[in-house]
Amino acid sequence: MNELLTLMKSELVLTGIIFLLLFIKIGKGMKNETLLPLVQVLLLVNFIFGFVLNKEGRLFGDMFYTTSLIAFQKNILNLGVYLISLLCTDWLKKTPHLPEFFLLLLSALLGMFFMISSANLLIFYLSLELASIPVAAMANFDLDKKRSAEGAMKMILSSAFSSGILLFGISLVYGSTGTISLPEIAGRLDGSTLQVLAFIFFFAAFAFKLSIVPFHLWTADVYEGSPIATTAFLSVISKGSVAFIFMTMLYRVFQPLLDTWYPMLVILSIATMVIGNLFALRQQNIKRFLAFSSIAQVGFILVAVSSNDHMGSTAVIYFVLVYIFSNLAAFGVASVIAEQTGKERIDDFKGFYKTNPFLSWILALALFSLAGVPPTAGFFGKLFLLTAGGARAAYWFITVAALNMIISLYYYLRVVRAMFMDKNDTPIEPLKISAPVRLGMIICGAGIILTGLLSWIYDYIHSL
Amino acid sequence: MNLLVLIGAPLLTALAVLVARNKQQVKWISLAGSFLQLGLAIALLLAFRQERAANNTAQMLFEQQYKLFQSLHISFHFGVDGISVAMILLTSFVVVAGVLVSWNVEKMTKEFYFLLLLLGLGAYGFFISLDLFILFFFLEISVIPKYLLIGIWGSGKKEYSANKLALMLMGGSALILVGMLGLYFTAGNSFDIMTLSKATITPETQHILFPLLFVGFGVFTALFPLHTWVPDGHSSAPTAGSMFLAGISMKLGGYGCLRVATYLLPEGAKEYATIIIVLSAIAILYGAFATMMQKDLKYINAYSSVSHVGFSLLGIGMLTQTAITGALMQMVSHGVMTALFFAVIGMIYDRTHTRMVADMGGLMKQMPFISTVFFIVGLCSLGLPGLSGFVAEMTVFVGSWQNADAFHRVATLAAAMSIVVTAVYILRAIGRTVMGPNTNEAHLVLKDANWNEKLAAILLVAGILAIGIAPGWLNDLLRPAAEVIMNRITGQ
Repeated sequence: MNELLTLMKSELVLTGIIFLLLFIKIGKGMKNETLLPLVQVLLLVNFIFGFVLNKEGRLFGDMFYTTSLIAFQKNILNLGVYLISLLCTDWLKKTPHLPEFFLLLLSALLGMFFMISSANLLIFYLSLELASIPVAAMANFDLDKKRSAEGAMKMILSSAFSSGILLFGISLVYGSTGTISLPEIAGRLDGSTLQVLAFIFFFAAFAFKLSIVPFHLWTADVYEGSPIATTAFLSVISKGSVAFIFMTMLYRVFQPLLDTWYPMLVILSIATMVIGNLFALRQQNIKRFLAFSSIAQVGFILVAVSSNDHMGSTAVIYFVLVYIFSNLAAFGVASVIAEQTGKERIDDFKGFYKTNPFLSWILALALFSLAGVPPTAGFFGKLFLLTAGGARAAYWFITVAALNMIISLYYYLRVVRAMFMDKNDTPIEPLKISAPVRLGMIICGAGIILTGLLSWIYDYIHSL
Repeated sequence: MNLLVLIGAPLLTALAVLVARNKQQVKWISLAGSFLQLGLAIALLLAFRQERAANNTAQMLFEQQYKLFQSLHISFHFGVDGISVAMILLTSFVVVAGVLVSWNVEKMTKEFYFLLLLLGLGAYGFFISLDLFILFFFLEISVIPKYLLIGIWGSGKKEYSANKLALMLMGGSALILVGMLGLYFTAGNSFDIMTLSKATITPETQHILFPLLFVGFGVFTALFPLHTWVPDGHSSAPTAGSMFLAGISMKLGGYGCLRVATYLLPEGAKEYATIIIVLSAIAILYGAFATMMQKDLKYINAYSSVSHVGFSLLGIGMLTQTAITGALMQMVSHGVMTALFFAVIGMIYDRTHTRMVADMGGLMKQMPFISTVFFIVGLCSLGLPGLSGFVAEMTVFVGSWQNADAFHRVATLAAAMSIVVTAVYILRAIGRTVMGPNTNEAHLVLKDANWNEKLAAILLVAGILAIGIAPGWLNDLLRPAAEVIMNRITGQ
């Protein structure tokens, strides 16, 4: 009993918060103005609680396991959710169904926690579903907008499709190995055609979730239609958690099929970087822009995943941490602008620095970090991804990745240029930044600058 | 001497600028900070000479090492040899002068000075780093300041130039990055220059990695045909921005070509020396002839920079000790000279609001000080004995001539011919603007330089004279360091 409490404490705390929200909802209800700070405090407590009482162990007949590395991954996701609750304050306050939104969001997060901790295909599949279905509902939260409903529909359909593919893969794995326990599968893989086929189905399902080209087509529309809080959650938290379990699957379970997945990974990584970047070049809507840029970022993550060693997994986890700060800062600024002015086009950002210097600097820092320019943490993140990729002596591969960094710099600079250089007679008015949003942005800004310069963070992840 | 102060001083100055309350405070803090840096650089020079005089023959002095990212074997390792000391001195001169000539920047003053100081910080960090990763970090740190300085405070087609510069330099960085990772994995997981210089790297690997690193750093120092960002970037940048770009940033590339590419991969250097010589000879001649066609003073200096920087690369390609010493001297000399050149052009532009040679004439009467300085810097550019340009170029030629075969001699002669062309365009530009009758009545009421401009010009002129009249001290700094590099090439 005691073991259950400590090993599953992240999940239990989260479940506690979910139930609390549920009681508030079915009870008297609360005004958004009072509920939102409460939720923010709860999420902060949840985040802090993630650092204490961490133990390693297995539960439920080896279906669920946790290690200090997994606990750290959960902390990263907690941090991201807390930041979203701060940065999207403007939108959250206005939404008429605030408790439901957080119920869905936290359920999805709970699913991700179980997914990262799963040591069994059954639990993995269940938790993946728990992590994706609520998100589709969240995408529909701008109830009066048609695009939002369209995005949700696209999301649920593609999600269902990828789940189907995954289930097919799972059944083939079970058929060819006779087990659904992940550690046992690894021992029974011998590289037969059936297993390779099963793996390809697995891979395709992950590719949907990570929006790897050519499985990325749902991404831009869903991102554009959804409210920014959902988009941020999708692009950062959801991507991050899937990247974590994807690595575990490749490194721990499908290790015997390395010769199969390495070339697949390289090809898809290059395709993802190139296509994500080329499409991002032409986007006008800031949300679509960030959608394609996040596709390109996944391509870079795959570079490190291909390294197939500890250096690669460290680099990916570090990058996701940096990415949470950078991308959430960008979404935070976009959210403030969209909520107060309704503007989402990059052209509307012209002359933004004159009227909103604080927001401009935060957005510029975030974009430079995404582009991988020092002194921001993104520089270290990108460099470590490429270093990990180079460990297998695939120099032409990292050359392609490095050249892609140039393309990405070009489109990130477009936004910076609009804010700082382009003239505009009617720039966006000085915007109000409420205290939680400001706090969130300062955390993100500090994270962007400090995560890289404080080198022990990387070493700490490496030591886990 | 603790080298950390060289990073600490500019960093603290930049942070102090951020919290300053008004424009006056910003300017004075920056000036005090930049003079502090100059003082530290001079102190470093003296301390370095003292150590050497006391027969401390270690390759790097004042070495320090702090572990960072231990799991990747990266450490904050720094130390200086003669080359670094000379470059740091150059940087500090240009930083002071840059701060002084920007005294009348009224648009977003705080941001301007902050970015300017950040640019200087990157250069200091770059020149003291002995770890490739940290070196690369400091090289890249200047991308944001450069882009914003040109894009916000620049003139002309500034957005285009800023974009072009940022992307081309990023391209160079991408090549450096790949080359750097190649070194890291072939030489036993280390970014440390001292460790890498002792590692055995097969000639085949060197032949692959050398072009990546040399071309990558070459983009920063206007290696032909990747020089195209130079004219646009320099002429669009604000005065201090041009000074920093041409005076400091381009030297980062030359330093990298030598310290990283040539020193760590000597076999690669030998293999590609011919190509380097051909490209730099083309750059020297092409730059000189292209300058003849320019009508805008800033473009004149930008193209002539392409030509002058070519001498540095030519010296490196010649692979003799004297030529490499000359290449380094040319870097220092050109850094001071071109900074002064851009400063003077800025002063003239601030008054006449034109940079077109044809629109000016007879400025000597109204602005005797500025015109005299303009004259001095022009003569330095065309290589008048007694000024720094002559010493540096002469050393390169002497070093190049030591290669006895026809190819090297022809290349040397071709490069030397450019001096004639330089004389033509420099004398023509100066003659038209400073001498002769005044062609524009509006220019009759112009005032001469202010105290800050005078101080900046005097500092840089002093630098030119110090190298030109008594080059011995610079030679003493550079030659032993060049010898170390040469020994790697000859395999001793």
